[in-house]
Amino acid sequence: MSDGYWETVIGLEVHVQLATDSKIFSGSATAFGASPNSQANAVDLAMPGMLPVLNEKAVRYAVMFGLAIEAEIGRRSVFDRKNYFYPDLPKGYQISQFDHPIVGRGQVQIQLADGSSREIGVTRAHLEEDAGKSLHEDFHGMSGIDLNRAGTPLLEIVSEPELRSAEEAVAYLKTIHSIITYLGISDGNMAEGSMRCDVNISLRPRGEEAFGTRAEIKNVNSFRFVEKAIQVETERQMDILEDGGSVVQETRLYDADRNETRSMRSKEVANDYRYFPEPDLLPVEIDEGYIETLRESLPELPAAKRQRFESEYALGSYDASVLSAERALADYFEAVAACGDAKSAANWVQVELLGALNKSELSMSDCPVPAAELATLIERINDSSISGKIAKQVFDILWSEGGSVDAIIEAKGFKQVSDTGALEAMVAEVIDANPDQVQQYLAADEGKRKKLLGFFVGQIMKASRGQANPKLVNEILAANLDSAS
Amino acid sequence: MTATTLTALSEQLERGELSSVEATRDYLGRIEAHNAALNAIITVTAEQALADAAAADARRAAGEAGPLTGIPLLHKDIFCTNGVRTSCGSRMLDNFLPPYDATVVARLKAAGAVMLGKTNLDEFAMGSSNETSYYGPARNPWDLRRVPGGSSGGSAAAVAAGFAPAATGTDTGGSIRQPAAFCGITGLKPTYGRVSRLGMVAFASSLDQGGPMAATAEDCAMLLQVMAGFDPADSTSAEYEVDDYSGGLAADLSGLKIGLPGEYFGEGLDAGIETALRAALAEYKALGAELVEISLPRTHLAVPAYYVIAPAEASTNLSRFDGVRYGYRCDAPEDLLDLYTRTREEGFGDEVKRRILVGTYALSAGYYDAYYRKAQQIRRLIQQDFLDAFDSVDVIMGPITPHPAWVLGEKTDDPVAMYLEDIYTLGVNLAGLPGMSIPAGFADGLPVGLQLIGPHFSEARLLNIAHRFQLATDWHTRRPTL
Repeated sequence: MSDGYWETVIGLEVHVQLATDSKIFSGSATAFGASPNSQANAVDLAMPGMLPVLNEKAVRYAVMFGLAIEAEIGRRSVFDRKNYFYPDLPKGYQISQFDHPIVGRGQVQIQLADGSSREIGVTRAHLEEDAGKSLHEDFHGMSGIDLNRAGTPLLEIVSEPELRSAEEAVAYLKTIHSIITYLGISDGNMAEGSMRCDVNISLRPRGEEAFGTRAEIKNVNSFRFVEKAIQVETERQMDILEDGGSVVQETRLYDADRNETRSMRSKEVANDYRYFPEPDLLPVEIDEGYIETLRESLPELPAAKRQRFESEYALGSYDASVLSAERALADYFEAVAACGDAKSAANWVQVELLGALNKSELSMSDCPVPAAELATLIERINDSSISGKIAKQVFDILWSEGGSVDAIIEAKGFKQVSDTGALEAMVAEVIDANPDQVQQYLAADEGKRKKLLGFFVGQIMKASRGQANPKLVNEILAANLDSAS
Repeated sequence: MTATTLTALSEQLERGELSSVEATRDYLGRIEAHNAALNAIITVTAEQALADAAAADARRAAGEAGPLTGIPLLHKDIFCTNGVRTSCGSRMLDNFLPPYDATVVARLKAAGAVMLGKTNLDEFAMGSSNETSYYGPARNPWDLRRVPGGSSGGSAAAVAAGFAPAATGTDTGGSIRQPAAFCGITGLKPTYGRVSRLGMVAFASSLDQGGPMAATAEDCAMLLQVMAGFDPADSTSAEYEVDDYSGGLAADLSGLKIGLPGEYFGEGLDAGIETALRAALAEYKALGAELVEISLPRTHLAVPAYYVIAPAEASTNLSRFDGVRYGYRCDAPEDLLDLYTRTREEGFGDEVKRRILVGTYALSAGYYDAYYRKAQQIRRLIQQDFLDAFDSVDVIMGPITPHPAWVLGEKTDDPVAMYLEDIYTLGVNLAGLPGMSIPAGFADGLPVGLQLIGPHFSEARLLNIAHRFQLATDWHTRRPTL
């Protein structure tokens, strides 16, 4: 048996925190990082007699997601109580949706590194409230409860078990991430827990239809950890199966420090959540008009944008896919491409800008260089005001000090020398100072001359501190050297 | 002398014959004298009541009085009252001071009513006799050996004993109507959704409804006018216009079609009660109404359906009482499980535990379809029975209970016998309909209630039908001697 014998079957449950200002069933704020329990009111604390009131914005966001993945929208979705006791679950039940979710069957297209794409089914997506947080440190043997997060709206997106590798799982997650951030329904901030993922994973002999026993890895919250968790869990299950053992159905935890998964509970307790329809809330009725209005208001989605980038800007599929992955990046690229040179815009954004952002660990929203300035920078290259090399210096100044491209060129005296008189003088000087090289040039054949010409260009660029217009320098040099013969 | 009805008291205050402070003192005096025997009130808020009464008198002097300004009232101790203990008759909430008022409390306060205190009830409104209260049972003022009914037994006993002209109650399966009947007062359970449930501690969310309890239909109309209305903070409250409840009270009853369900007058109904009811129905005939025999064929299913649905909802509504954030917490818990187990074991009484167990069982995997789902199906059939009946009649009348008030302890060892006493009242809650109990005579010296059931949102019509009866009879004026 080998890797080729087993097929990995993966299904993901993604919890997306919706970017509403207030909670799903109360008026408390949802901002991240507030001091403990400062964003929990009587409803969130489950005080006696308090009742939930559904946040319409959460419904709207869920429907927008449903439309984006071409899913059936539940015309009459029902909230249910999921009952269990835990100190950070104040009511003793979570309001969720069980058999009538707001978003039904849909699908997303994922892009793989080899350029291929696959369609992955989304079983359903439903609305629910988040629980609070239990804090077990700093309380001298007791536990602290922070209910700021309790009642935060979540959209739980459940995929079909159609993913077959860590790469596909990550591609699926990135696609979901890009859809929710495009729609603006979530900030998608994984470090702050705005997008969390449970991974269901099992192995089966390739060609077999029946699924193997699965393990669920809870709460993995970065793309990289999802990838690693799947890899190590696949290996773990493969080892068990190849030794003739059987996988236990259980909940596991991914430990990033040790790069391993381990069982969360020593023995699996079968939870009976006693789901039943939440009597404090009416079913959510959604009509055609509501759906149509939202459908019309949907922004261009990542897949459509990628295709448009390919056709409108003649970008390759890789460039188009990188530049369309994030809405802020795509918007930035389009603003830079307005300079009329999409190819240079794509290069500058991907190489210089993304490079600088990565190096400083900044996101697009923190980008210090306005798109209009980068567009001007490309224009100044193209109109020969500066060379590409100088442009990089201008970019560095823009990045670290701000300002405008033209002002920087002016202040630093970067403007390219395109005055033929001045260039003629420089060329004459260099030819006079390097008679040996001139002789070599004249003696050389066509192929070698090109290489030798580079030497003279370099000398002139050095003498002009990089500001000589290289195109003109080349022309004048060639003419003068040729006439020197 | 303070008047015995809310309407008459309102007129006295209006005419300046009496101040709110005087009326309040008068009621507080009677509470002081007789509550020890009746145990109808858990918490008396005398000081605040007198201050509020003085403020009401000042508003009246300034010409800013409405019909309820300065009227003393009692609230069932399941309505949250800002800064005043709201116990729900349970050890679990013996120490609970809500930082907010229930919508019902806030509306009555805004209308100028003065709260005298909080009335006794079955623990979390689970009971038909008031015997499950952590504070001991309230007593029936007509016979102190007997129960006042439940769960709003404290409110009914207090109004009958003249502790206040009116009180609020809640009705999940008869909890306003049955104690009103047992104590000889008038009580109205409105259409589900007519009165906000916000701040009314939940027993069974899809059945609970707050309503007025007073001497007369006229008084109930005045209170309901203020209590009723849409509340955006209660998603199940109805965005449906509130009628003028007092305006139509006097309308003529000629041609009124009264449906009498055969199932409500059959075997099991006490002979004394039936005699009193037949006499009341004859009175309606004399008022121009027509009596029509009808059938509510699913009546016998109301008890089993109710005792699945109500405990199921209660079992999860009461999960929040876990000792973590408020209310009772057991002493020195060893760990989380111990905290949960002992807090709930020590904080809840037997009947509450029984219903949590029944409800948890009914919702469990493998039993859900057989119990909860089936009960919901039956609930729809019961509602359909009523709707079909209202195709041919305007109102349905019948008994509230098979028997008059029983002796304390008589049924406590047999919960099912006690549950079966609710047979005539549960259907109304399952169907979400409005229902009333009005005094209609006596059986063996104990008050008998006549039940009026109307279509959804027919409160104004029910009050009119009750009021015309009360103009023609004097049962509602009878008071026990204390």
